[in-house]
Amino acid sequence: MIGVLGIQGNFAAHRKMLDRLGVASREVRTVGDLDGLSGIILPGGESTTMLKFLKNEGLMDALRAFSAEGKPIFGTCAGAILLAKDVTGPAQESLDLLDIGIQRNGYGRQVDSFITEIPVPVLGEPPLELVFIRAPVITRLGDGVETLVELDGKPVCVRQGNLFAATFHPEMTDDTRLHALFVKEAEHRG
Amino acid sequence: MSETQLRLKTGLAEMLKGGVIMDVVNAEQARIAEDAGAVAVMALERVPADIRRDGGVARMSHPKMIREIMEEVSIPVMAKIRIGHIAEAQVLESLGVDFIDESEVLTPADPYNHVNKFAFKVPFVCGATNLGEALRRVGEGAAMIRSKGEAGTGNIVEAVRHLREIVRDMKLLTVLTEHELMTESKRLQAPYELVRYVAQHGKLPVPFFAAGGVATPADAALCMILGAETAFVGSGIFKSEDPALFAKSIVKAVTHYQDPAKVLEASEELEGGNAMKGIEISTLQGEQVLAARGW
Repeated sequence: MIGVLGIQGNFAAHRKMLDRLGVASREVRTVGDLDGLSGIILPGGESTTMLKFLKNEGLMDALRAFSAEGKPIFGTCAGAILLAKDVTGPAQESLDLLDIGIQRNGYGRQVDSFITEIPVPVLGEPPLELVFIRAPVITRLGDGVETLVELDGKPVCVRQGNLFAATFHPEMTDDTRLHALFVKEAEHRG
Repeated sequence: MSETQLRLKTGLAEMLKGGVIMDVVNAEQARIAEDAGAVAVMALERVPADIRRDGGVARMSHPKMIREIMEEVSIPVMAKIRIGHIAEAQVLESLGVDFIDESEVLTPADPYNHVNKFAFKVPFVCGATNLGEALRRVGEGAAMIRSKGEAGTGNIVEAVRHLREIVRDMKLLTVLTEHELMTESKRLQAPYELVRYVAQHGKLPVPFFAAGGVATPADAALCMILGAETAFVGSGIFKSEDPALFAKSIVKAVTHYQDPAKVLEASEELEGGNAMKGIEISTLQGEQVLAARGW
């Protein structure tokens, strides 16, 4: 069972991707919802809004404990901001788990949102479609952080142990390969 | 407009789902809204309740005020234009707002037409009172539809009417046969292809939000129960006795609308704070019914 943080944002689309992979999922809004999960996805949306809820519901420490057990967490867009150790533009608190620096709205405002396509060696053919919406930019990679997808020389999808982060929206395409990669990891570790 | 543009526009609307979008008139209110957990703010000169009270022509807000709000918060900033006012839309797009609301709350600029929203890179949200109106706006390129409700009244009944009517007509389409859809398109005065889309999917091709008259956490939860994916709150927050508290509790009620105990918690947190006073719809005179604006 994979959880999808269901405070707000694009959580329903993530669940659809998991459905297509034949993977059971449930929405997570309270600490109790984490019980029995083998992994969790933190979706896109507004990171400031999600952060407030995580704090009010006691989910900050619960998610840190979840990660400490080695269970995989996949953050996309706002979810990546929640996972990162350093957040800028403006600075804000985070789960402080994934050793990267990330700049919010790093490409600009909504009129600067874009879609592109890029070959990804770890996924093979065909190229991966990347949807960036008011997306953040990864500004620093810590030791042991591996780049999975790179665009114009910048990492846009990274991994450190059980933690995965993408600055784009894999759930907004028909391509389930990144979700499949994450689910495989969850099955292996969970 | 390319399919890519449409995906990016509805994509931002998707990111706002399950959140609350709050009307704010200055940077200080925008800060309160963001701190309370708003997913976006709507920058405007006067909240609808004040537009109602003051009368006169309500126009797009001054760019300087919108810019100050954009500089204050990191969440998306929306702003309103008058119905059909192409130039106001161009000004807001140049300014870099994240969403434009072509809104009946402002005085209409064009008595015949709405803006062709496909001509813009910035996404638009439009109000609707029924399914036909919703699909006409989508046909013009709107990336999000909201109920019109009756803005500035603190009375939820009109938003409920619009949500109920739109959802009922969508359900109806799903049980009709292909043979009946053209006639239904004629009845709804809506583009045929979009009528077919709704018949096949049982939902609009773009996110569907509630607006107009939300004054309490329970009002917001009601809109979600009726099928809205997010709530706009206008006068309801900054016309209440304790805006920061109202903002927070309405956000909580929307996130947890499926959990009555949490909506109770959100309602109790208001303690002594009173909601805005509100207006009974039947006391409004013809011109005061904002939902009747738009075509």
